[in-house]
Formats: sequence, C-alpha cells, structure tokens
Amino acid sequence: MLEKALTGDRRYWSWIAVLSVIIGVGGWFYLRQLHVGLGITGMSRDVSWGFYIAQFTFLVGVAASAVMVVLPYYLHDVKVFGKLTILGELLAIASVTMCLLFIVVDLGQPQRMLNIVLHPTPHSILFWDMVVLNGYLILNVVISRTSLLAERRGEAPPTWIKPVIYLSIVWAVSIHTVTAFIYAGLAARPFWLTAILAPRFLASAFSSGPALLILLCLILRRFTRFDAGDEAISKIAVIVTYAMAINVFFILMEIFTAFYSDIPEHVEHFRYLFVGLDGHTRLVPWMWASVILAVFSLVLLINPRTRHGRTTLPLACIAVFASIWIDKGLGMVVTGFVPNPLGEVTEYWPTLAEGLITLGIYAIGALMVTGFYHIALAERGELGT
Amino acid sequence: MTVDRRAFFKLAGLAVAAVELPVLGAARAHVDPPEEQPLKGRRWAMVVDLAACHRYPGCTRCMDACRREHNVPSIPDRKHEVKWIWEDSFGHAFPAQGSPYLDSELAGKPVLLLCNHCDNPPCVRVCPTQATWKREDGVVMMDWHRCIGCRYCIAACPYGSRSFNWVDPRPYIKTLNPDFPTRTKGVVEKCNLCEERLAEGRIPACVEACPAGALHFGDLADPESPVRQLLESRFAVRRKPGLGTQPQVYYLV
Amino acid sequence: MYDAGKILAGLVIFLLLVTTPVWWSFAMGAEVRAPKLVLPEGRRACVLPTGEMKATHMELLNRWRDLAVRHGDRVMTTWDGRKVRRSLTQSCLGCHTDKDKFCDRCHDYVAVTPYCWDCHVAPRGGAS
Repeated sequence: MLEKALTGDRRYWSWIAVLSVIIGVGGWFYLRQLHVGLGITGMSRDVSWGFYIAQFTFLVGVAASAVMVVLPYYLHDVKVFGKLTILGELLAIASVTMCLLFIVVDLGQPQRMLNIVLHPTPHSILFWDMVVLNGYLILNVVISRTSLLAERRGEAPPTWIKPVIYLSIVWAVSIHTVTAFIYAGLAARPFWLTAILAPRFLASAFSSGPALLILLCLILRRFTRFDAGDEAISKIAVIVTYAMAINVFFILMEIFTAFYSDIPEHVEHFRYLFVGLDGHTRLVPWMWASVILAVFSLVLLINPRTRHGRTTLPLACIAVFASIWIDKGLGMVVTGFVPNPLGEVTEYWPTLAEGLITLGIYAIGALMVTGFYHIALAERGELGT
Repeated sequence: MTVDRRAFFKLAGLAVAAVELPVLGAARAHVDPPEEQPLKGRRWAMVVDLAACHRYPGCTRCMDACRREHNVPSIPDRKHEVKWIWEDSFGHAFPAQGSPYLDSELAGKPVLLLCNHCDNPPCVRVCPTQATWKREDGVVMMDWHRCIGCRYCIAACPYGSRSFNWVDPRPYIKTLNPDFPTRTKGVVEKCNLCEERLAEGRIPACVEACPAGALHFGDLADPESPVRQLLESRFAVRRKPGLGTQPQVYYLV
Repeated sequence: MYDAGKILAGLVIFLLLVTTPVWWSFAMGAEVRAPKLVLPEGRRACVLPTGEMKATHMELLNRWRDLAVRHGDRVMTTWDGRKVRRSLTQSCLGCHTDKDKFCDRCHDYVAVTPYCWDCHVAPRGGAS
C-alpha cells in the first residue's frame, strides 16, 4: 500500500521537494536548538511556553475534528460522508504526529522523554495527554489501514473495526478535553482557570478542522479526479457554521464573566489581548484580526447563498481557520503568562529559528497528508485530473 | 560446585581484604562519610521578618550565599534569569494584598522571595515524571537527572519560583562550588531549602548568612521550635493563601 | 524475486559501507592500544570488586543517584564492610583524583560521553 506514495507525476514530486527543503531547514535549526538550548526561542522565564505548545494545542483540535465526518457517517448514516471519513482519519494521523513533534521540540531534555513512560504519573495531566494522543494515533492508523485494505479487495470492512471506530469517536473528544485540562487545572493561571476551556477547545476544533477538510477537498477536486461531492461539502459547511457560532458564543461568555465580575487577575489577561497592558500591545492587532475574521466568516457562513458559493465558501473556511489559529495558536497560550504571577508583563514573540522549526513541523504534516491522500486516491484510481 | 563471576570476586575480595587490612584502614579515613548528624524535621518552614530585613538596606548576603552554595548563575539577560532567592517589591510579592495607603515604609522596600515549599504543591501535582516531589519533611525537591524540561511546573507555580535553564548556565557562574552540581541546559531548578546542608546537619545558607536575624528556619511540627513560637506570637502572612497551596514561607509584617 | 540483481548489489554496497570502520582500520594498519588508567595509589579496593566496577559502574552510579537524591539514603556499606558516602564528586573522585587519567581515558577509548560532567564539577582535570 505504502509503495503507492512512490509513484507520482512531476507536480507531486515538485511539491514533495519543496516540503523536503522546508523540513530540512527546520531540522537544521532544531539541531541548533539542541546545541544552544531553548534560549534560541523567544520564550523566557516569564513566558515559558510559546509557539510550540500553542501549535500543539491548535493541532490537537484539527486531529480531533476527524470525528465530525466519522460520527455522522457511522452513527447517523450520512452516506455522503462515506468517501470523506478516510480523509478525516488520515488528516488526524498527520495532525497527531505534528502534535507529538511539537511536544518533543518544546522539551529541554528531549533525550529523556521516555521518563514519562518509565515513571508513569497518573496525577499529571501531561501523562494522560501522552496516553490519549498516542492512543488516538494508533486508533486512526488501524482504522484507516483496515478500511483502505478492505476497499482494495473490494470487500466490506471487517466487522471488528466497527467498535474500534466507535471508540475513536469518544477518543477524539477525549484528546481535546485532556489537552484543555493541561491548562484549566492550574490555580496559578487565572486566564486558563475556566471550566469552559474544554468546551471552547472542542467548538474551535470542530470549526477549524472541518474548515481545513473543506479546503483540502476543494484542492483535491482541482488537482485530482477525486470529488467529495457538493452535498458532502455543504453538509460539512453547516457543521463549520454551527461550531464556529458556538465557539464565538463561548468566547463571549468568557469575556462577560471576566469583565462583569471585574476581578483584576481575570480582566488583565483580556486587557492584554485586546487593548494591551502597561503599554504592551504586541498581540492586540492580531486579536482584532481574529475577531474581524470570525465575524466575517460567520456572515458568510450563516447566509445560505454565500455558504454554498464557489468562492465565498473557501473564503469563509480560510477566515475560520485563520481566526482560530490566531486565537489558539498565538493568543491562548502566551496570554496565560501575561501578566506573570507577580503582575509583571514580559512580552513574547517567536524568533526566526523558532518560526522555522515550527514551519518544518507543519511541512512534515503537509508531507504526510500529501503522501496519505496520494495513497488513498491511488488505491481508488482517482489520481490525475 | 559452580562459582559465578560475582561469587568468585567476592571470595577473591575476602582474600584480598584479609591481607590488606592496613591499606584499607588508610582508605577508610579518606572516603568515610562525616560524623555529623543530619537535621531531621517533620515540617520544615521559613519565617521572614521583614522589619528586621529592612534594617539592612541594600544587603544581599542571603542571596550571595545561596548563589555561591548552589552554583546559581548570574545571567544578565532578564529573560533567561535563574532565581532561587531574590527580592521584589511588596506589590509584586503580595498582589491584591496592598492598599493605596500602604505604609510607604513597606511599599518601597523589597520582600525576599523563594520557593514556598508548599504543603500542597501544584508543581508536584503536574510533573509528568516525578522529577519534582515533596519529601516527608516538607522539602519540595527537584531531581535534575530526571527532569525532561517540559516546564509544566513553571506554568503551575503561582509564585514564579521556578526557573528554566534556557542556555548552558556554566559560563555565568562566577565561582564554581565543586561540592554542588551546576545544572545543564534544559532542566528546571529552584530553591531546595538547602537539603544538601540539612543532610550534613547545617541550616540553610541564606539563614546562616543573614546578619539581621531576619530569616528563621525550623520545624513547625515541633511546638517548641522558634519558628512555631514566632508564628504563635506575631502576625504573619503568606503569599496567595487563597489558592490552597499552603505555602511554608511565612512573612512577619 | 523482482530486481534480484539490483537488490543484491544494493545489499553488498550497504554491507561495505556499514563495515567501513573495520576494514578501513585494518587497511590503514591502525594499532589498537587499551587505555592506561591511573589508579589511586595505596588503595586496592573500590566499593565493588574491580571487575564489577568495570562492568557495572554506570548502573551503580544511577542507583546511587536515585538513592541519594530521591530517598535520602546517602551512605553505602561496601562489599568489604566500609561505609562510603554515595557521591560521585566526593567519594569516586575522592580516590580517583584525576578525572582525565581515569574516567576520560577509558570513556574516550570506548567513545562514550557520559553527561555526568555537564553538571557535576570535577575537582581536577577540567570542568568539561
């Protein structure tokens, strides 16, 4: 099956070459980071988690979102998603892999990472995150492999895979819940100490992930013979719409609670995000961009005509993805540390090295998605235009 | 009879020992552990007398002693600083506990900060490898061999008491104390309540170095201990008591 | 087997490359000399018999590390009844005073770089 990834046209190989170069550059900077230490990043004593952990958090959401095509297909018999479940599962594999890589590059002593397994610690949420992420990875590898093999033989998938798929549906929710618990259980960080964090993570995941899936389907339609079908795409668009609306609603809940109660340590973080604190305003333009993109995407998505529009739907999906990426991949993690527990503001911005390592990991994910989708389409004879 | 390698060496060793007793005697003098007894307690704590501390403005002896004792680097880049015991303003040490009319004496003066060696330490709860844990006598320990540098403990500490080694600290250590390790890049560190000194029967270096008698160290589980009597006779506050971490560094105000 | 020729040729090239250090050393007539270690004078016994120390000192140090740091158990009774503090810098380097001529020579010979010295300070023989 995997050998199918080794035959492709010129365009396929050029794309792989581009990704390989980006991965190589990222790899080189990672070697620098191993040598110098995490001091080559923009992180500091005060903002001790940054871009890496934020990307990890964002991508756990993308990984979990596979469930948004798997669940309707298996539990509600939405037949049009039949062709899409495999794409969702393969996207999940690539996303979880990126998550794990982001954790590894964030470790100060990566060569000791097996200590998490050698000294299992059930009272640490990070331990459970390791368990659920690796479990989710294995589940999706097993499920996608089994269904592709069955498809190749022209048979129905074996019956034992059904319960595994049901398990993966629950498991998808667990990965993002546990990831939220990493943050939401810390008394030291009032910004994250909110019961709505896990629901918020799920809502943002179930909008950004399916938005990405729509974009991938449209790209596949353009470059291959694979067509997800208009009905399937518009059904996903409805999911994106609801999830995005709920996501925005949840954020407004947070803002109400913080500002109406007016407890300084809750308000300060939101101030830092939207107006700046003590003259520090680095994230302010980004957060307003995120707000504008969110509103823009909702306008396009809620209106049925633009939701089905050939140009407006991709626009809306890009807006959803970008808005949530800024919120989760930039604002959410860093702002937990600003101001620090002593009330001082230290700002954070990623360095070039940090950015290139991040880009390298995204390129690994893109390479995996490319290879996996290439295999899946080759198995079905849907490659080429 | 079969003799495995280990058993053979043991026998051989006995034979050697029998004929080499005088030599071994010489060796004993060299490597034997010292005679002093470790300090034992059930709940170690620190009491900081702010008024006494403020009688020595500009004094840095406790911090200097800690730096020397534990090879704490002096890194000029604020972002990469490593702190074990340091000073900060009252407002930063006790956010939300001051008032606009706070005694200007207190408001302008520094407060000594260090790891609180909490009774219910959130850093210990989150550590995924048990590289940090609470000892039975209350010392919150760090095992720098085991730490993977995930920095979850830094996120969990409400007191900013933990530092990460963003770079190799060695070049920033002025005088190396060979009796205590330095740290490597990529691990988290913090005040260890001088557990290495307690093991040798000595009190923490900062307490010993303080010329003002502003730092008191002792066992709160012992009703006769001076720290316990200080807390029973004078008003003391702790940092962020509302979080339930039960800090074991008390400040007399 | 498909492409048997190519596969076999590939395997041969692979084997040649993998064994480079071996045949290259033979070809260049490299001479291998076991490292000469400087042992402490006037002492014959370490905390375990020499053979065991040679083979398992790294495991012993790992054990010492956990016992001393994590369990506060800092004193060891040796095979011949002496009491020794579990400390790399104080006990080991107390006798083996020259790290260069003891630890490093052998570690260099077998091409290992233990990271003990990233943190622990050798009394003599450099802090590297």
